[in-house]
Amino acid sequence: MLSVHNLSCQRGDKPLFEGVSFRLQAAQALHIEGENGVGKTSLLRIICGLSAPDAGQVHWQDQPTAQAGEAFRSNLLYLGHHLALKEDLSAFENLQTDAAVAGRSLSQVQVLKALALMGLRGREHLPVRVMSQGQKRRTALARLCVSQAALWVLDEPFVALDAQALDLLRGLLAKHVAEGGMLLFTSHQKIDLAHAQGQGLAVQSYRLKAAA
Amino acid sequence: MSASRAFTAVLKRDLRLALRRKSEVLTAVFFFVVVAALFPLGIGPELNTLRLIAPGVLWVGALLSSMLALQRLFEADYRDGSLEQMALSPAPMPLLVAAKLLAHWLVSGLPLVLLAPLLGLQFDLAPQALATLMLTLLLGTPVLSLVGGIGAALTLGVRGGGVLLSLLVLPLFVPVLVFGAGAVEAQVSGLGIQAHISILLAMLLPAVFFSPFACSAALRIALE
Repeated sequence: MLSVHNLSCQRGDKPLFEGVSFRLQAAQALHIEGENGVGKTSLLRIICGLSAPDAGQVHWQDQPTAQAGEAFRSNLLYLGHHLALKEDLSAFENLQTDAAVAGRSLSQVQVLKALALMGLRGREHLPVRVMSQGQKRRTALARLCVSQAALWVLDEPFVALDAQALDLLRGLLAKHVAEGGMLLFTSHQKIDLAHAQGQGLAVQSYRLKAAA
Repeated sequence: MSASRAFTAVLKRDLRLALRRKSEVLTAVFFFVVVAALFPLGIGPELNTLRLIAPGVLWVGALLSSMLALQRLFEADYRDGSLEQMALSPAPMPLLVAAKLLAHWLVSGLPLVLLAPLLGLQFDLAPQALATLMLTLLLGTPVLSLVGGIGAALTLGVRGGGVLLSLLVLPLFVPVLVFGAGAVEAQVSGLGIQAHISILLAMLLPAVFFSPFACSAALRIALE
């Protein structure tokens, strides 16, 4: 369980947001909404532990994330604006290295399966440099197919995807939540996970408001 | 187990990237070769002078060449988000940073060690002096990568970071230069190199231990 208590964040002298609190239990999805510049990305980065909050705490299984350390990070998958892909490596090599850094070893078959699932069959060994923007995002999202992390934190996962990839991603997210995972994401699109899986998966939403 | 897997994955990735972008790696090595080759041409075939300046010239060349490579150490990872993923890895970040530093040394430091005896021949260095030169570079260039890495991490994302990095790091390289070049001179003049080697080792060991921690602390600040 992830719980966030009274988080606030400042940029320079200006408060960005204040008093953000919510809980996320297993098999729940939370959509962080808000206008541009309200601090959605900052909030996600604070929750992951990439930046420090100005006040408040983030708890993982009732322990502050800084103390939970490895236990938290091995259960976390974060996908931000930067895709963390190496342009000179192939999709295959990228995915395999990423998984190893995230603490998993993948067999060749697993990697190829994940890439095929994301519609990249036949392009596994192309350098990422020659791929289109959408294909790069698909490569990055292939990480979700092989992840065993309980908490997925995704920053705008739906941008630059075509209709088919959107359906794929919705399916992946719904499956993750249905299997007891937690999902935290930002998006400017309305996302209907229930529709994708054909079962009653509700996405809760949390509206981030700018501090006065 | 998973930590050592992450370590080898980062090491392998960086070495593979270096192989795919040979030009970047070769630039620094080529710079070293050119600098070391220009001095004998400029000074002329005065063997005594050449022997005298050889250790200093080769060491300064190695130092500047490793400066060239330093700026790229964390830059690409910072821009494409790989650094974020390393910070969020269950493996300790200093370990992953150590993998990057090791890869960096293998690519930018080790070639200098291997090339140095060849270049030393142009300066008419005796075989023992060449061996000493290699040994000091073998102990000294890792210090350059390790200490330079801290500078590279601190100046990450700063505009005009390259100049700042030189200003920050070059003064710290001075002891390595003094004792590295000094050892070869001591060897040539028959004074024994024991003391110089001990001091170089005394710089290397703490650098190996502390640098990954200092680098990852600096990188976390850059990521905020």
